[in-house]
Amino acid sequence: MSSTVRDTSTSAPVRRRPWSSLARFRELPVAIALVALVLFTYIQNPLFLSPQGTKDLLLNATIIIILAVGQTLVIITRNIDLSVGSILGLVAFGTGTLFADVPGIPIPVVFLIGLAFGGALGAVNGLLVTVAKVPALVITLGTLYIYRGLNNAWAGGKQYFAGDRPAEFGSLAVDTFLGFPIITLIAVLVVVVVAIYLAGARSGRDLYAIGSDPAAARLFGIPVGRRVFLAFLCNGVLAGLAGVLYAARFNSVGATTGTGMELDIVAAAVVGGVAIFGGSGSVVGAALGALLLTTITSALTALRVDKFWQQAIVGVLILAAIIVDRLAALRTARRLRLSEARDD
Amino acid sequence: MTDTDTDTSLEVTSTSQTLARQPKGRTGLARILLGRDAVMIYVLIVAVLLFTLTLPRFGSPVTVGFLLLDVIPVLLIAMPMTLIIITGEIDLSVASIAGLTSAVLGVLWAGGMDIATALLLSVGVGILAGAFNGFLVAVVGLPSLAVTIGTLALFRGLALVVIGDNAVANFPPELTAFFTSKIGGTGIPTVMIGVVVVIAIFGVLLHFTPFGRGLYAMGFSKEAARFVGIHVARDKFWLYASSGLVAALAGVFWTLRYSSARSDNASGLELTVIAAVLLGGVSIFGGKGSIPGVVAGVLLIGTINYALRLGRVSDVVLIIVTGALLIISVVTPSIIDAVKRWVHSRRMRHELPQASALGKASA
Repeated sequence: MSSTVRDTSTSAPVRRRPWSSLARFRELPVAIALVALVLFTYIQNPLFLSPQGTKDLLLNATIIIILAVGQTLVIITRNIDLSVGSILGLVAFGTGTLFADVPGIPIPVVFLIGLAFGGALGAVNGLLVTVAKVPALVITLGTLYIYRGLNNAWAGGKQYFAGDRPAEFGSLAVDTFLGFPIITLIAVLVVVVVAIYLAGARSGRDLYAIGSDPAAARLFGIPVGRRVFLAFLCNGVLAGLAGVLYAARFNSVGATTGTGMELDIVAAAVVGGVAIFGGSGSVVGAALGALLLTTITSALTALRVDKFWQQAIVGVLILAAIIVDRLAALRTARRLRLSEARDD
Repeated sequence: MTDTDTDTSLEVTSTSQTLARQPKGRTGLARILLGRDAVMIYVLIVAVLLFTLTLPRFGSPVTVGFLLLDVIPVLLIAMPMTLIIITGEIDLSVASIAGLTSAVLGVLWAGGMDIATALLLSVGVGILAGAFNGFLVAVVGLPSLAVTIGTLALFRGLALVVIGDNAVANFPPELTAFFTSKIGGTGIPTVMIGVVVVIAIFGVLLHFTPFGRGLYAMGFSKEAARFVGIHVARDKFWLYASSGLVAALAGVFWTLRYSSARSDNASGLELTVIAAVLLGGVSIFGGKGSIPGVVAGVLLIGTINYALRLGRVSDVVLIIVTGALLIISVVTPSIIDAVKRWVHSRRMRHELPQASALGKASA
């Protein structure tokens, strides 16, 4: 969980080469679970997939998907960022303030400021983790409190409501394009761009190498500090984007916006097959995980399951994902051992 | 290529560094009085003195009472958490276990069970919840961070299933009165006796038993620990079970202190506990930390929060202070380390040019 050398050989799942077809296979169970859940719910209650139902489903998942993609970048490098909920809160409140204090500000400018603001907050995390060489869990736990405190100090009891924002901004979360809400399309774009970056770009591949074995990555000549910093920076930018979209999607933003979101995000990534000790996982998986976690809530409502059961089921789902991961890793290890034995 | 060279030479200097330092290492009293724990305790004492002198209402039994009542849940859960983090694992589900215990206690009591049986059963549920974590982490061998994020959701979810959005409040008045009562005029809550016993048990366990030494060994290297005959899986299992037990006790305390059993009791407490434990000098990588340091860390956060609240500083600043304390406490040692290493390597280069040359040749 940090960029420093550490032996986790027993607790971490056996490492696979993430670019092998086996790892790509890892998203399949999540996808199947998602499709099965949606189909089953649809058969029981056809209203579930009505245009409005689908739209709500996608809207609910949008923000979590973007945050899960950013978190995946960080987790792949064997770090973690717990401060994303607080970053989202600060940026969402900042967006509300911008619209209230600068009447007529163009919406693209608001997006740019939000991204830059989130990026700056993420950069603080990245600097503290890479320069001071302190575990990310501790640093981002600290900034979780600090950012939340700053948000409280800034907002006080003040809240901005949808009425304070221009109608075109709010319509981002209402208007659809080919049945998809605009903000969901933004999230899909984010997933595609980051997936291509991780699969194709040199620096993207480096992130996996760092997460698999930081010491080996350093010996190999990968600028570990710079790459980890970049991962935190990107995560901050994406949390900023999520913050701006949050302000578009939800009615009110205030001091407590985004509180307690961090563990949901990590859970979404874990359900999507991102190994918590780094080195394996994909943003597509994380996005599917986020979609599955948010869909299950709506599905249970549609199936008229007692709402109190929802969280327990989410918990079971997370545990199931970890166990599936473990079994897949064991199978891969056995197969690798067999093939190595044959080669010898 | 150059990278490899500097790395091996670094390794050589670091081993010779430990060799050179060994005789100079502090021993006996000096080691205790200048260690990380002692520094935490000094900071705590200074903070208490400072607040007593500057805040007129701080130095009173009322303060002691409310301050301790506020920190008791954190203090309790911090004990097993310290041991778990020392082994290199983590337990994020503690607050959810406390919530689940509270919900079970409430439902059993409301259902007409007598309070002693209800208490026993709800604490039993907590132990089971902890043992479930222990099974997944120690026996199955899954990563604890991921597992306990899952059980965090699961146990909180079960609390919701058990009690829904109801609240049970009509606990026996003599019992709730006991949980807020003080020992004589000192202002110290009576429950504190039990808390001290828990602290003592975990302190002795960690610092004075082979079991405790084994935990440090596990934190350094699980493989090595297994090779020297430590039952890694068994010990970890019992740690998680004990964490469930203590979290359940904290849940019972929470329920009876506020005389309210709700599903969202103690929610979010896990991060507060971990922040306090890390502030108390426990390394998140395992292998380092002590009970006195953690107790001082928990009390320090509690004292500062209480004093700031007395001084009419808003809750806003409180959160920032908690976060800043945490970051400062981990960044400072690594800065000091970096400076020490720099000074040392400079001296080594001046005094022993032949040693590092030799090291390079042999490597």
